Amino acid sequence: MDYLLVAIGGCFGAIARFQVTNTLTKNFKGTFPHATLFINLLGSYVLGLLVGFQISSTVNLLIGIGFLGAFTTFSTMKLELLNLLNEGNWVYFTNYFILTYLFGIALAYAGFMSASLIHDLFSHFSFVHFMLK
Amino acid sequence: MPVMILVGIAGAIGAVLRYGLSFLLITSRVGSFPQATLAANLIGCFLLAFFTARFMGKRELSEKIKTAVTTGLLGSFTTFSTFSVETILLFQNKGIAAAFAYIAISSAGGLLLTILGFFLGKRLDAEGGRP
Repeated sequence: MDYLLVAIGGCFGAIARFQVTNTLTKNFKGTFPHATLFINLLGSYVLGLLVGFQISSTVNLLIGIGFLGAFTTFSTMKLELLNLLNEGNWVYFTNYFILTYLFGIALAYAGFMSASLIHDLFSHFSFVHFMLK
Repeated sequence: MPVMILVGIAGAIGAVLRYGLSFLLITSRVGSFPQATLAANLIGCFLLAFFTARFMGKRELSEKIKTAVTTGLLGSFTTFSTFSVETILLFQNKGIAAAFAYIAISSAGGLLLTILGFFLGKRLDAEGGRP
């Protein structure tokens, strides 16, 4: 069951990354890997948010490990960095490297903080108690 | 079969392999060093660069299969969102040194394995596919 949840999430996560990459690379020309950057930053924020909300293990398997794990990618990012190195494009290399790690980790933290903010804001209202722990 | 479906199937396999690896390299508790994600990311970096250098631009495999393996399988096997969140958890539980160690090993190790995979793939390709 656990593997099935991860597989379903992973299937849709990979398709979502494929579609977002195709759409973004069609609309923005140039060699800067903005599509993977956007995907990794968005995924980091959303996973931070979910972990901040202390989601159930079922949601974690489906969305956290499955969908967002597959939606974001590490290997493609590194290969894009190598391509920029091979092109001798040090400016893009440095920018891509710093933007990915700095904002990726900062947005994961922002996700955590958003979760506790939302939790505090709504914890006074009993009708949302069943949604939030 | 449409390439999108192949990417989805390969993506499911990649995610399942990453999840399975986390049991082999079990992390004892939340906030301890995330060796499972690190291993998946480093292995995936090597394999993606190797496969790209060896097979991209070649007719041995169809374009659909190449996209399924690179974008689907290896793209899903590795992950960045888990890395980001684990870095925050590591920082909260073990302090800044542990968090920076994880960032340094992931970023430098990933790039080194990508370079290694790329040159091994190119070399194997130049030798006509014989190891």
